[in-house]
Amino acid sequence: MTGADLAILIPEIVLSLFAMGALMAAVYTSKDGMAATLTSGTALIFVVIAFYIGVTADGTSMAFGGMFVDDAFARFAKITILLSAAAVLLIGRDYMQKADILRFEYPVLVTLSVVGMMVMVSAGDLIALYMGLELQSLALYVIASLRRDSVRSTEAGLKYFILGALSSGLLLYGASLTYGYAGTTLFSGIIETATAGEMPLGLLFGLVFVMAGLAFKVSAAPFHMWTPDVYEGAPTPITALFATAPKVAAMALFARVVYDAFGGAVGDWQQIVAFLAVFSMFLGAVAAIGQTDIKRLMAYSSISHMGFALMGLAAGTEQGVTAMLIYMAIYVTMNIGTFAFILSMEKDGRPVTEISALSSFASREGTKALALLILMFSLAGVPPMVGFFGKYAVLLAAVDAGMAWLAIAGVIASVIGAYYYLRIVYLMYFGQAREGLDGRMGAVQYAGLMAMAALIALAWLPGVNLLGLESMAAQAAETLVR
Amino acid sequence: MDNLLSIVTFLPLIAAVILAVFLRGDDAAAQLNAKRLALAATSATFLISLAILTEFDPNDTGFQLVEETAWLFGLTYKLGVDGISVLFVLLTTFLMPITIASCWGVNTRVKEYMIALLVLETLMIGVFVALDLVLFYLFFEAGLIPMFLIIGIWGGKDRIYAAFKFFLYTFLGSVLMLVAMIAMYVDAGTTDIVDLLAHEFGAGPINLMGWQIAGGMQMLLWLAFFASFAVKMPMWPVHTWLPDAHVQAPTAGSVVLAAILLKMGGYGFLRFSLPMFPVASDIMAPLVLWLSVIAIIYTSLVAMVQEDMKKLIAYSSVAHMGFVTMGIFAANQQGVDGAIFQMISHGFISGALFLCVGVIYDRMHTRDIDAYGGLVVRMPAYAAVFMLFTMANVGLPGTSGFVGEFLTLIGVFQVNTWVGVLAATGVILSAAYALWLYRRVVFGDLIKESLKSITDMDRRERAIFAPLIVMTLLLGVYPSLVTDMIGPSVAALVSTYDIALAAHAADAMVATNN
Repeated sequence: MTGADLAILIPEIVLSLFAMGALMAAVYTSKDGMAATLTSGTALIFVVIAFYIGVTADGTSMAFGGMFVDDAFARFAKITILLSAAAVLLIGRDYMQKADILRFEYPVLVTLSVVGMMVMVSAGDLIALYMGLELQSLALYVIASLRRDSVRSTEAGLKYFILGALSSGLLLYGASLTYGYAGTTLFSGIIETATAGEMPLGLLFGLVFVMAGLAFKVSAAPFHMWTPDVYEGAPTPITALFATAPKVAAMALFARVVYDAFGGAVGDWQQIVAFLAVFSMFLGAVAAIGQTDIKRLMAYSSISHMGFALMGLAAGTEQGVTAMLIYMAIYVTMNIGTFAFILSMEKDGRPVTEISALSSFASREGTKALALLILMFSLAGVPPMVGFFGKYAVLLAAVDAGMAWLAIAGVIASVIGAYYYLRIVYLMYFGQAREGLDGRMGAVQYAGLMAMAALIALAWLPGVNLLGLESMAAQAAETLVR
Repeated sequence: MDNLLSIVTFLPLIAAVILAVFLRGDDAAAQLNAKRLALAATSATFLISLAILTEFDPNDTGFQLVEETAWLFGLTYKLGVDGISVLFVLLTTFLMPITIASCWGVNTRVKEYMIALLVLETLMIGVFVALDLVLFYLFFEAGLIPMFLIIGIWGGKDRIYAAFKFFLYTFLGSVLMLVAMIAMYVDAGTTDIVDLLAHEFGAGPINLMGWQIAGGMQMLLWLAFFASFAVKMPMWPVHTWLPDAHVQAPTAGSVVLAAILLKMGGYGFLRFSLPMFPVASDIMAPLVLWLSVIAIIYTSLVAMVQEDMKKLIAYSSVAHMGFVTMGIFAANQQGVDGAIFQMISHGFISGALFLCVGVIYDRMHTRDIDAYGGLVVRMPAYAAVFMLFTMANVGLPGTSGFVGEFLTLIGVFQVNTWVGVLAATGVILSAAYALWLYRRVVFGDLIKESLKSITDMDRRERAIFAPLIVMTLLLGVYPSLVTDMIGPSVAALVSTYDIALAAHAADAMVATNN
């Protein structure tokens, strides 16, 4: 059976081998000299593997006695993760080069973290879950402090590491409780115990601790404390990475755990997820208002968006999972576009992140300002931008599941949140003319910004219909929610 | 033409895209080209929209010119017009060329200005023709974006505060409507407005957290829609965004806001609240009627003490919208006919009044009433035009303003005498503030040094006012032009409303007897 097992893991194995090979090649040859090529190459490999996963998609298969699951849900998450990681690598390359931090370890570590994410979304067992999670996290801790000579960057890495370790501890504690009461670490075993009659109290405790650990990874309030500091401290391309692929992986893992391991006990976790959702949406919306740094603002924005994605999960239905997946895919698209812009923010040859630097930007760079305007209105959830349809999907799922109160809380939070997105638009379009950004935007960043903005502005049109995102997400959700 | 409505809706948007992509440069020639293209596009849209009139059969009370295509999330891209919406479409297409022509004098970021106005036109038409809940919401909400930019970029001194207030106020109202729309979808299993009109939403009392809610689900949905439309209308006491937005918006922005955007609220009441939630509408009608009366009297009094011309007209708009909500919730033929007529006529009159302010603002760059006086000496033509629209605003017989006010008053008098009586005093108050404004601006001695060299309206300005004058007088002396178009649809609306109420009353009777 081993051969068949390994065949299922081909994408993960190829990526791991690639990471190790790249590491060796770089160490023994020109080291950082090939970092630029390696970054682009890694992005290419990600795209190829995403394509491979897409075309070889076929049913549900298990490897290693159910520890590793390859189903439509995992594939959807993996493709999203790979494509967003590839995009982030590409848009961040010039920035890293300019800041002289483009080391060859960067693409290698990103690859390793992506392998971790892929294991996470395919986990069918608590051990596999933990392995994937830690592989991802360890690689990310290092990347966060990639700028070794910067206090901010190392502080970000350290903070991330310590709080991440704490959350891993919580998760492990929960996992051990779960194992103790269920007698197995396999999700398929846990669900039997969870659904057979009254759920043991210990198992419930285990569930709560596991969810607390996962909430930390998706940076849902009240486990969000690390997010703004890490976002701000890490070099911007790495912030862009944090905001996209790991969020998708963690959210998918969240869904995987609550459905595969505790699917029969929806009522037990639904309230927790709903609480996380409401708290995140409001905290993200309110705390972002006072921010002056665009990276911190995006951190709070991501907290708020995770709240909306969790709303889909809280619905506890197949429709809810579909909505969550759609929301995440749209969220990632918007964030890549926005970060492509943030990466190009430069003044006198130095990167800037102050929001005030955007003042009267539109009068100098009309096209780029328009693209950012589209992204901002989309993040705020104003139709006709695609971001609205993401919100519509989760709201629909919540109301359909009889949680209209959650939907009402969500829309009120989105109105509060709209204020700070509007503030960016206001600065760009009505701000006082003054010294502002002057850098030239790299071609890849420009392409990234424009492509994402075009997608966001147009993909909802009848005939385009979000490029079939809905049916793919529905298929994925169908395999998860049985 | 199978997709006439799509063409009318999206033609301005196509022009906007062409402007954005192909027009380069910001010199005088490029600016002129932008204005010309925008004027041509809006005029073409108007001419094409006239074809709707020829295709439209007023005696058919269903939706006509319907087009339908599948869309995402099980929604449909469905457009169509009936007697209630068709005139709003025409009002929009009629007013947009005038609006564009009125901003010939603008010379900052002209290209963007034209794009914003063209996009706005598409979204406004879309609101009136959409026959899918979410499509309606999409057009309804998306209109905030260009309007936010129009106020914020081309507005006056405090434009930023006004733009934010405008956006967040209306956004908060509408998101609650979004949740209600989703709840309607969950309940009825469709977002098709035609099917939803036939769907009966639960009206039995329900218990929500210890509160007994009469009208049940209908009431909750009605309240959510009310939150959106009342803000949009705007009704007292949620009208405070309007004076700010009006004062700060550029002339064209004020015209669009007063003449068309405000009508979306009234249209929403007619399309959703009244026919879909009749029981809740019936329960809440007295409240709405009294709120309308307060709006009419209170904002008229507020208008009287304004020092700023635009603010005065903005408050007068709130008062006139009070007549509209009053007519709608009188829920009889005269009331609803009058409400629609009032909206159409207010579109011409308030648009014209803001243009009148724009004419002298362009010359003197102030809106302070005190800065003017005795304009009749130097500007006889302007004085005549301004007087006509002042009189129309007051509701002088012979102008379209009279018909709407009169019909709504008749309508409401049959339902609630006191409301009718009190609302009628609003007519007197409107005469007070409007005539006093006119006296202070136009009459008196021309003593201010700065006004001694003011010039009368030029040819372009006269041309802008001509169609508005014609429409105001035409509808004033021959209102059947409008009432024939809307009459059958309104009659159908009122009769289904009454039938639904009677059925509910019978149900309730059976329930109590058991």
